[in-house]
Parts: sequence; structure tokens; C-alpha cells
Amino acid sequence: MVVDTLIREPGAEARADLIFHALADTTRRDILRRAIQGDRSVSALARDYPISTTAVQKHVAVLERAGLVERTRRGREQLVQSRPDTLAEAHQLLEEIETLWRDRLTRFQALLAEPPDSAPDPMGEAPNDPKPN
Amino acid sequence: MPVTNVEKNPDDLTMRITCEFDASVDRVWQIWADPRQLEQWWGPPGSPATVVDHDLSEGARVAYYMTDPESGEYHGWWQILAVDPPHSLEFKDGFAYGGGEEDDEMPTTITQVQLIAGPSGKTTMTVTSIFPSLESMQELIEMGAEEGLVGALSQIDTIVQGTPAA
Repeated sequence: MVVDTLIREPGAEARADLIFHALADTTRRDILRRAIQGDRSVSALARDYPISTTAVQKHVAVLERAGLVERTRRGREQLVQSRPDTLAEAHQLLEEIETLWRDRLTRFQALLAEPPDSAPDPMGEAPNDPKPN
Repeated sequence: MPVTNVEKNPDDLTMRITCEFDASVDRVWQIWADPRQLEQWWGPPGSPATVVDHDLSEGARVAYYMTDPESGEYHGWWQILAVDPPHSLEFKDGFAYGGGEEDDEMPTTITQVQLIAGPSGKTTMTVTSIFPSLESMQELIEMGAEEGLVGALSQIDTIVQGTPAA
């Protein structure tokens, strides 16, 4: 997996360094494993290690810099999510935004078909245009 | 369907849509610049927008509201960052529940629009959306999107295997 990335993407060497560094620590590998398994609260994770919460947060920061996890906030809680999950979520949200814009642009195009000074339709659809697909 | 290309980048949370219209740049610009036309396409059919303020000069604002049958009224606004009529427009796009005043806590999107005249009186329009966070994208979808959104494509296996997603 990493070798394929090195061949295909410029800048991947630096990223590979960050990933190897992030994974070269037992605690960080354990945090990553648990993030993948769905444990999300940083404070809950921190309770299980014999080091300070600050030290755990530093480990999370190293994982984040390597692109392996992403930190988010929910209210006062700090959460960590494994990056494959984050990227999958980003993909899904971008799909939904794409749909939103495709629908907007269909309506946009319908307005272009109307003469410029026709009266606006309160329901937002041009009266004579076919329904968008 | 006017859309000719879509680029999505989940790493930097951007989306660029390219479309082609059978109309002049001036005519396409009007669909943005005329508040009565903007109202008709910005919001989904179930929540038509009412544009209250509309000024596309740099530093100026556009204000609108939409009524959603479930969540009631919500207000959106644009702050114009750059404009070069009829060629390009860049604005910060935000929203607030009720009220209508800008809420600093609510996330904003940057939207960039470019119109390019093509052959035979056609226009190519690109709309680039830049999102600050996953949370803001999620909120935007919950607030403004139509019902019947497409479901997710599962990309997890692809990402874990290290293959760049399409």
C-alpha cells in the first residue's frame, strides 16, 4: 500500500516519513487501533494509559499530522476518528453537496430558458419547463 | 443536465462543478445578479428563498431566508469577497437559525464562481465550494438540502488500500 503511494504521488515520501514515525510507538499504535475500532473520546482513551492526558494528546497530534486520525470537537469533548472513517465521511458529504448543486444548476438552467423579464414563479419552477431529471 | 464535470477532494474538502450553458456570459451573470432570479434557484423547490438584500459589490452582502416545513425559518447571507462582473464572483456563504444576524459560531463556506465565454455564444461556468470542516458540511446539508439525497458510496476499502479515490 505505501509503496504504491510512493510511486504514484509526489510529496508522498514526506508523508510516508510521518506515517512511519507515527506508527513507531506502541501507545500510538494502540490509540490508532482503538480509534479504528470506534473508541472516540480522547479523555476516555487517556484513562487507560499510565501517562498524562497531555502526553496522550501529543500522541494523538502525531497521528493527526501523519493523516492517520482526525480530531474534532463535540461541545467540550475532544474526539478522535480514524482517517479512513473521516475520508469516507468526507466522500459521502461531498456526494450530497454535489447533489444539492446539481439540483440548483438544473433550476439555474431552467431560468436561462425563460425570457429575462418573465414574472417569477413563487414555487421556484418555470411553468413551461420539463421537470428536472 | 448542464453539469459537464465534477471534482471533489475529500482531503481539502473542496468541490468544483463545471457546467455549460447555451447562453451568453451576460445572461448567465444575470441569474446571479438579479435577486428575483436568484431566489428561484438557490433554495430547493420545497424551500424557496426570499432575497432581502442583494448587492454584489466587494464587501457588500446578500441576505436571504428560506422556510423549511420541518425546521421553520432560517436565514442565510453572503459576504462578497471579490467581484468582476460579469466574469467572476467570490463570496463567503453562511447561515444562521432564526434571527438573521451573522452568527460567528456558524461555519461558512467560500464559493467561487467563474464565467467564461465559449464558442457559439455558450458559457462555461465553474462553481468552487471550499468547506472549512466536515461538521460545517454536515450542517449545511441538514439545513439546506432537499430530501432524497444520494446515499454514500462506500470508499473505505479503497482508501485503506491506498488507492487514490476517483
